[in-house]
Amino acid sequence: MDIHKQLFVGPSVCLGPIDHEKDPPIMSQWTHDPEYLRLVDIKPAYPISAGQIKKKLEALEKEIEESKNLYYFTIRSKEDDRLLGFATIRWIEWTHGTGWIRLGIGNSQDWHKGYGSETLGLLLEYAFSELNLYRLGAEIPEYNLGALRLFEKVGFTQEVCRRQALNRDGRRWDALIYGLLRLEWEAQHEK
Amino acid sequence: MNNDLFQDKLVHLKAVDTQVMAEAFSRWAQDSEYWRLLASDPSHSFSVKSTKEWLEKEQSKDPPGFYMFAIHTLDDDKLIGEIGLDAVELPHMETFVGIGLGERETWGKGFGTDAMRIILRYAFSELNLHRVSLTVFEYNPRAIQSYIKAGFVEEGRVRGFLHRAGRRYDLIFMGILREEWEKIHDYNSS
Amino acid sequence: MKNDLFHGDLVYLTAEESDTQAAAFSRWFRDTEYMRLLAVSPRVTWSTKKVKEWIEKDYEKDRPEGYFFNIRAKEGDKLIGFFGLWDVEANHADTIISIGIGEPDYWGKGFGTDAMRLLLRYAFVELNLHRVSLFVFAYNTRAIQSYYKTGFKLEGRMRAAMLRGGKRDDIVAMGILREEWEKNVI
Repeated sequence: MDIHKQLFVGPSVCLGPIDHEKDPPIMSQWTHDPEYLRLVDIKPAYPISAGQIKKKLEALEKEIEESKNLYYFTIRSKEDDRLLGFATIRWIEWTHGTGWIRLGIGNSQDWHKGYGSETLGLLLEYAFSELNLYRLGAEIPEYNLGALRLFEKVGFTQEVCRRQALNRDGRRWDALIYGLLRLEWEAQHEK
Repeated sequence: MNNDLFQDKLVHLKAVDTQVMAEAFSRWAQDSEYWRLLASDPSHSFSVKSTKEWLEKEQSKDPPGFYMFAIHTLDDDKLIGEIGLDAVELPHMETFVGIGLGERETWGKGFGTDAMRIILRYAFSELNLHRVSLTVFEYNPRAIQSYIKAGFVEEGRVRGFLHRAGRRYDLIFMGILREEWEKIHDYNSS
Repeated sequence: MKNDLFHGDLVYLTAEESDTQAAAFSRWFRDTEYMRLLAVSPRVTWSTKKVKEWIEKDYEKDRPEGYFFNIRAKEGDKLIGFFGLWDVEANHADTIISIGIGEPDYWGKGFGTDAMRLLLRYAFVELNLHRVSLFVFAYNTRAIQSYYKTGFKLEGRMRAAMLRGGKRDDIVAMGILREEWEKNVI
């Protein structure tokens, strides 16, 4: 681990700031895909206009500045600077060194291309070697097989099964909490 | 009197255009190595919009919260970084200076040292300060060399102040007194 | 219809004037042991005025963040604690709860357990929830025992999620489903 390493650049994606003009219409399109919404959030799937998203992004930046326990990045393709998704570390408790990770690739055409995996790798490096967090958590619905596979691949362990915590499509699903400790990540990284 | 306050051999200092500087800041901040050399708070992404709002808020303060300048090359007038003095500690007549060269091709070529010479002349001959301070991270030897060249002296270390990339680093305090600066610089020449 | 939602054997539930609540809360906030059992965030000192503003700000919201109750002991009518059902997810019918008995004289005597029974009855009978969730610090063994008694099951542990007094410890996750509660209730 060294301080010269670029934290925000991967082989094919970059983590970066919000573009308040260009991003809202694209993000609005994502909210018209219920499959995406249901994978990334437990709130009822609901489409949002670009104008509303713009307001939410402004409020988000204000919250980031004031709360000091939240970091938000947009994910862009390195090749053509196209907005691919978002990644966030939130609910940071500095005195305990804990935080929660969430990411999403908005357009289903961009799934299964390794963008999520690359982003997660960058996010872990950021969380452990820049924010110096001790543990990261993530809550994932059991039906999000892609996320479960992804998080397990980078070393997260399933710690909690909140039984039948979700109700979608007329049946109950478990909400799983996964955790990863810095020492575990460092041990993998030494290789 | 040498009225050539804002330029030296390689660079000149100009006013900050908030839109241009906000775009540059946002881009420079994406280079996490640059950020980690510059600042102790975690490297992060900043939108052009929020950066511009912050710059405008600072610019509207009277007296200024800090004296910020844009660093341009004399050669082709390119914006390569920024340098600034914090609000002066009255009645002590001392302040902190901070500099960042966002364009990495300019590192190690004397641009920073040049900008620092200009700002010290500004501090001692225009603001009439008694001393100027700065802090620098122990893992930034290039900057430390530059500051020594400009006349700064190490005054102390805060041990293990920074936690980055899995280890602890010291924060170094440096300072230059007016009398020391007067020995190596002339008010009437650059 | 069983309407006894707000009365238990040892305790009953109330809404209090913000003054009364603020006075009790700010007194309990000063008890470090209580705060370390209850909350993740570091201890701070808040004046009664600030506590009152914090309480009143919540009441002003159109849709409250959760369902909040104060707890009084039936005998002596003393205000002893609170509980809240937060983040009620309407579509999922789940809630994350918090409960605190601020008066240390009422610890370990069944008051918390009695209050929890009222909470569960409210959750399942009035809010028609499907499950109730909670997170509790692993070192809070008295609370964990109480939760088991009221029917909660262990659902996992968030490892090393807390650092206090120089020691790392887990946060325990527990939950109870409606069908489990229905079986338990006499």
